[in-house]
Amino acid sequence: MSTGPANRPPSTRRRLYWRRNLQILGVLLSIWALVSFGCGIVFSEQLDSIRLGGFGLGFWFAQQGAIYVFVLLIVVYVILMNALDRACEVDEKETR
Amino acid sequence: MNVQAWTFVLVGLSFALYIGVAIWARARSTGEFYVASAQVPGVLNGMATGADWMSAASFVSMAGLIAFMGRDGSVYLLGWTGGYVLLALLLAPYLRKFGKFTVPDFVGDRYASQVARMVAVLCAIFVSFTYVVGQMRGVAIVFSRFLEVDIEYGILIGMGIVFFYAVLGGMKGITYTQVAQYCVLIFAYLVPAIFISLQLTGTIVPQIGMGGRIDGGTGPYLLETLDTVCQDLGFEAYTERGLGMLDMCAITLALMVGTAGLPHVIVRFYTVKRVAAARSSAGWALFFIAILYTTAPAVAVFARTNLIASVSERPRADVPDWFNRWEETGLITFQDKNGDGRIQYVKDEARNELTIDRDIMVLANPEIAKLPNWVIGLVAAGGLAAALSTAAGLLLVISTSIAHDLFKRGLRPNISEHGELITARIAAGAAIVVAGYFGLHPPGFVAEVVAFAFGLAAASFFPAILLGIFSKRTNKYGAVTGMIVGILFTAAYIVYFRFIAPESNTKEHWLFGISPQGIGSVGMVINFVIAVTISKLTPPPPDDVQRMVEDIRVPRGAGEAHDIGA
Repeated sequence: MSTGPANRPPSTRRRLYWRRNLQILGVLLSIWALVSFGCGIVFSEQLDSIRLGGFGLGFWFAQQGAIYVFVLLIVVYVILMNALDRACEVDEKETR
Repeated sequence: MNVQAWTFVLVGLSFALYIGVAIWARARSTGEFYVASAQVPGVLNGMATGADWMSAASFVSMAGLIAFMGRDGSVYLLGWTGGYVLLALLLAPYLRKFGKFTVPDFVGDRYASQVARMVAVLCAIFVSFTYVVGQMRGVAIVFSRFLEVDIEYGILIGMGIVFFYAVLGGMKGITYTQVAQYCVLIFAYLVPAIFISLQLTGTIVPQIGMGGRIDGGTGPYLLETLDTVCQDLGFEAYTERGLGMLDMCAITLALMVGTAGLPHVIVRFYTVKRVAAARSSAGWALFFIAILYTTAPAVAVFARTNLIASVSERPRADVPDWFNRWEETGLITFQDKNGDGRIQYVKDEARNELTIDRDIMVLANPEIAKLPNWVIGLVAAGGLAAALSTAAGLLLVISTSIAHDLFKRGLRPNISEHGELITARIAAGAAIVVAGYFGLHPPGFVAEVVAFAFGLAAASFFPAILLGIFSKRTNKYGAVTGMIVGILFTAAYIVYFRFIAPESNTKEHWLFGISPQGIGSVGMVINFVIAVTISKLTPPPPDDVQRMVEDIRVPRGAGEAHDIGA
């Protein structure tokens, strides 16, 4: 957001906001699909050749790893969106 | 003290806690009753959502299912957690900004259609009811085994408790009670898991112990040992995949999307103060859920290992007392086919002498591992907390659907706030009685119907809500047709394979090899395709609806969840 969306008119800011939002969703949901359906199911058995203590890596992703990534994804989403809200001046006021 | 005494004490204490919290936080207005006046802090709301979400199925059944399914059990772990990512990113913040009370409210307003609202109300009531019946059954099993009261009394006690705080407290009472219930259930889940992890692997963290070495950390790896033991008895190796790849993906997707589409989960995000809090609240919810869901696969591995070690090839007379007590409930059966007095537990049906109900593994686990009596009582209290918290949340959705969506927004728009609140309470009371009846006389397929509720939610709500937010072009014709076709297709597929032609319920007959459990994914895709196509062929939604969609996309201007017309 180096162009400074705050200086643009409100309607443009909202369009920018929505486009950035969709980009963030696209990236985060790709990671979501990759760890759950990719690492956890489709490529899970190939990944098992990499060992993580007693776990095969694919088995670990399917039963634990993907869940940790899910939590992280939401944390990243919250941080990015709160920053974007402020940058585009569409955040909520502290008092109602 | 013996197990029963400990159970009475711990269950009694936890119930006293819930009732105390319910009295402290009872509801005085419809806003408080439906959405706790949108005043609940994000962390607490996340905890309450966790308790609401984690039902008797998560607490009592899931680890047992995984113990017997091995790698295939991942569908539940991935499916029931991954849905929260969809919920946090795609639904929660926008629905909070929309700011009405229920899912049918959103569907009805967004598509400016009474028909859409009514379809959504019926879906919500159906999905919630199938779910609540399963909870009542869970309560009954715990009561009858641990308190040794009749199942009938068990259900009556459970009904009484839920009635008390759901009807008095509404969403506000339920939310704060659920915070207490979360604490009880997670403590009850972790304590035995930590004990057993220490016993087996010498590691205090079960998640790590699962990948650790046996004999207190000096022997071979636990998972490799379990693989070998399973194969020696003729079972598949624990870490081997049994389901078809596409089927596994379909089931996982249906559970994920179903989670994001369940009305009693979605309504949670109306109860927070702000849009930003709705986002973080979904994150907290998943965090609190993940604590249990990453422990469950470890519990599964420990349970399977301990079970085989303590019964396989043992003389029947030498097996400890827990075996006898579960045998009395009929959930374990032993039939000495070859008459050698020992328990043969193998895959081969002709030689296998032991059948175990998967639902008892979590409850029996502490006994099998010879943990102290208070731990066993604690697990009973935890199972009840899980079942009651979910049942209460579901009953609230049912009563809200009836009082708010059906009466206030449908049949009797002039009803006063006082009248609406009374209707909501009567509806909650009636719903508890009906749920209790089904708990006493369960249709044989309760567990399956609960799993199918996800498929139905996935095929109906999720596409309508998602398109309602992300596509301004989707109109009522597309959304309504999509919901109806999606839910009918999914329901028909399930009914056909489970009830009409159960003999052909095998891989060869399934569509693309997808089982009835996973068919909700296909129903969802059909719903999307129909909704988008029909919307393209019909006029776009009116301008005020398009402006509303613009408005819910940005957080600024979110007030409290408001009453209609306010």
